[in-house]
Amino acid sequence: MTFVAKPRVHHPQLPLNDLGLTRRDYEGSVSTLCAGCGHDSVSAAIVQACAQLSLPPHRFAKVSGIGCSSKTPSYFLSHSHGFNSVHGRMPSVATGSNLANRDLYCIGVSGDGDSASIGIGQFAHIVRRRINMLYIVDNNGTYGLTKGQFSATNDKGSTSKKGVPNLYAPIDLVSMALQIGATFVARSFSGDKRQLVPLIQAGLKHEGFAFIDVISPCVAFNNHNGSTKSYDYVRGNTGNVIEADFVTPGVEITADYEPGTIEDVAMPDGSTLRLRKLDEQYDPRDRVQALSHVQRAAEEGEVVTGLLYVDPDASDCHEILGTPSTPLNALDESVLCPGSDALERVNASLR
Amino acid sequence: MAETTYNDFVIRFANVNGSGSASANGMFAKALFRMGIPVAARNIFPSNIEGLPTWFEVRVSEKGYAGRREGIDIMVAMNAETFAEDIESLVPGGFLVYDNSKELDVRLRRADINRIGVPISQLVLPEFPNPKHRALFKNIVYLGALSALISIDFDVITGMVSAQFKGKDDLIAPNIHALEIGRNYALNYLDCPLPIQVRYSDAVGDRIMVDGNAAAGLGAIYGGATVCAWYPITPSTSLAEAFEKYCNQLRTGKDGERNFAIIQAEDELAAMGIVIGAGWNGARAFTATSGPGVSLMTEFLGLAYFAEIPAVLWDIQRAGPSTGMPTRTQQGDLLAAAYASHGDTRHPLMFPSTPKECFEFAADALDLADRLQTPVIVLSDLELGMNDNLSEPFDWDDTRRYDRGKVLDRDALEDIEAFGRYVDVDGDGIGYRTLPGTHPEKGAFFTRGTSRDEYAAYTEAPEAYTRNMDRLLVKWETARSLVPAPEVHDEGRRAAIVYYGTTALPIPEALDRLREDGVELDTMRIRGFPFDEEVRAFIDRHEIVFLAEQNRDAQMKTLLVNDLAVDPARIDSVLYYGGFSISADTIYEQVSDYFEARKLPRLRAVSGRRDGAASAGEIGS
Repeated sequence: MTFVAKPRVHHPQLPLNDLGLTRRDYEGSVSTLCAGCGHDSVSAAIVQACAQLSLPPHRFAKVSGIGCSSKTPSYFLSHSHGFNSVHGRMPSVATGSNLANRDLYCIGVSGDGDSASIGIGQFAHIVRRRINMLYIVDNNGTYGLTKGQFSATNDKGSTSKKGVPNLYAPIDLVSMALQIGATFVARSFSGDKRQLVPLIQAGLKHEGFAFIDVISPCVAFNNHNGSTKSYDYVRGNTGNVIEADFVTPGVEITADYEPGTIEDVAMPDGSTLRLRKLDEQYDPRDRVQALSHVQRAAEEGEVVTGLLYVDPDASDCHEILGTPSTPLNALDESVLCPGSDALERVNASLR
Repeated sequence: MAETTYNDFVIRFANVNGSGSASANGMFAKALFRMGIPVAARNIFPSNIEGLPTWFEVRVSEKGYAGRREGIDIMVAMNAETFAEDIESLVPGGFLVYDNSKELDVRLRRADINRIGVPISQLVLPEFPNPKHRALFKNIVYLGALSALISIDFDVITGMVSAQFKGKDDLIAPNIHALEIGRNYALNYLDCPLPIQVRYSDAVGDRIMVDGNAAAGLGAIYGGATVCAWYPITPSTSLAEAFEKYCNQLRTGKDGERNFAIIQAEDELAAMGIVIGAGWNGARAFTATSGPGVSLMTEFLGLAYFAEIPAVLWDIQRAGPSTGMPTRTQQGDLLAAAYASHGDTRHPLMFPSTPKECFEFAADALDLADRLQTPVIVLSDLELGMNDNLSEPFDWDDTRRYDRGKVLDRDALEDIEAFGRYVDVDGDGIGYRTLPGTHPEKGAFFTRGTSRDEYAAYTEAPEAYTRNMDRLLVKWETARSLVPAPEVHDEGRRAAIVYYGTTALPIPEALDRLREDGVELDTMRIRGFPFDEEVRAFIDRHEIVFLAEQNRDAQMKTLLVNDLAVDPARIDSVLYYGGFSISADTIYEQVSDYFEARKLPRLRAVSGRRDGAASAGEIGS
């Protein structure tokens, strides 16, 4: 396999965003995943979300672990640095990166094997630490690169391609994130770009830890009749609690949703998160209710999607640590080195 | 009565863990230090919070011998559980200080030692009604008695009490009262002073007393570390804690902003991941751990080696393998650290011997990691990290600038045609890197643990993979002259001893004792890996080469054989791995045994000057 660069030629009629850039300026290299892979749709949604928000395409830190999902940071935002690290450890690398430079947008892409099995400890702890980032799990319920073993998010009774049933109960990362205190929790479906793109935009603008679990069918190993993570199953068993739309201070981006109760949530940077409730009783700012709603739906075999929980007043790790507004990686000797006079005082205290 | 000796003895305090003895014992060592007397204090403690035996040993030496010496001259035996073995450990003629509120069991009496009974329990009973205070003040009472027994300046001790409890003034009077109870009892009822005494000296000079972990934490601040991620593990915990303590004092801005980020991670894997993430994004970052943590960090260390990301790791070694003896010292992680990770991997190592070197290496390691774009591992140990050591004072040159290595900023990127992250532009094996977010058009690349070409593009082409692995070897050669050079004392003798880290502590004493027997040795203290050319030259220049280290498998010898293709038969190991710090006695005995076993005369004819060697002089480091 070799690295394939996409030609940097734009169609002259592609729309320009506020930075004068087109969607193509937010793309990455050509994907090496299987044709029809849900993960490529997630990458495309990231491209669209960032282009629409007119974010500078070089001001991202893209981090990932190991697996099909973790390859995808190559396939979007090629003007930004990416780091494909080790299996299950993306959260720690993301933490270090964010501590070093708080000014960059951080997108972490992981998979169900990466986050729910080998990396479940790191997943839990990055939620606790409230790193300001968008954490996406491309969730297909299977280990693709090693040819189709069950992952920990696979539903009990769901079958493999050969018809063998999964014997173990699934881990639901959404419930886990809610329980540990993530301040933005959503679930979506790679085949539903209309829902996914605004969620990504809102997650990027969330000043705290934003988590999106994206059901992303594996066309090679987990898209058959017995699977609960196939295109057909997810399309037929999805319940949307809420539609989210994201509005920048200037222009509204998309506005063709079905009517419903609308609630605008002001985001810290002046933008607006517009929520369109489909279920009148659902309050996306009630964490406990979100948790019970997700789990009750799961018992009935329904996958709840949409923005499940958001705390618009969230804080992040830098706020907890009291770090300066200047990124730590931009501080020099004048700030970092206390100098020889201070050292003499330390010496005196040790005599 | 024996002839009085001054400033030359070993005293050991036997206590129960958690009984508050550490503070009194620490004051004892500090009082002697303040009288200008060189002391080396060692805490011999169990893996336990409360209840198990613990010992505190102080080597007092006018000559400045800082290593451990076998045999105890004064034993302050305060733990009934270890009483028998504590009495056993005294040298003939030694002094047993004990609580004789109850009479000493006749079976424990030794005819060849001196018993000094102080009825400590009886003395504190009427004075301190609160039982908890009573237990604590027992320690202060024996400190008071010792001040009279060995002639410690009482004003020095009372001054320390006042300073220690400044702000908690109601504690000063009872502490001083407890000191006086012990002191007055000794003066009134015991033969004071003993023939083992202390007296004022100027042997300490302007040296400081500090542990290596505190020195390393402070050095990391001076070296510009902004991110510290760690997971608690003995004996490294106090390094991260010292970093935090000194950051609060020295790195907090006028408006209260904290110019540092410290994360107590969920495990050592995450600690290393955070350091690597921060290093990738241009912040100076480090972690501190011990052997089991290194094992867990191994996969990440391989990633950082292959993806070429700066990182600094302090390994405060303890006795392994596995949990081993977690509160005992060893130099057992050299091979695990040098080759941490699967595949062909090597990491530069640094070996500090003193707190001052811990301070300096903490800053130098950050420069080195940035310069070499690779993890640098500093191998300290429990002996250096957790015990107060006499040290030359810390020193910092205010004109020093951090060496951030080859990092292209926005302007530099404007000027270049095509950026290739792994192109060896300068022929030193080190490419130019860029930090995320630097330039809108140029310099972005994908960092990965998978194989890639010079332009960071994924490839499994054998030629590209091999070129990359070979370039990493070029970088290894570059590292050779950048790690700390050995400290060499070569006076042209035919035999020599090589050592590193805390094995340096007993060396001066061992050399003096060997010299009395007619065995004279040149010395080389190794301070870095890969080895400087001088390391090989020094070995080549000597007929007999001893290598002293604190592990079973002669791990430094293995590194010398691997890295320099030294003939293993050329090196005779002096090994100790029992968990205490290696003593001068051990080195003396094993070197002496070598001469005896080979029936070599222990004379200068063998160990003395080489034919045609230059006259005495130091070959500098």
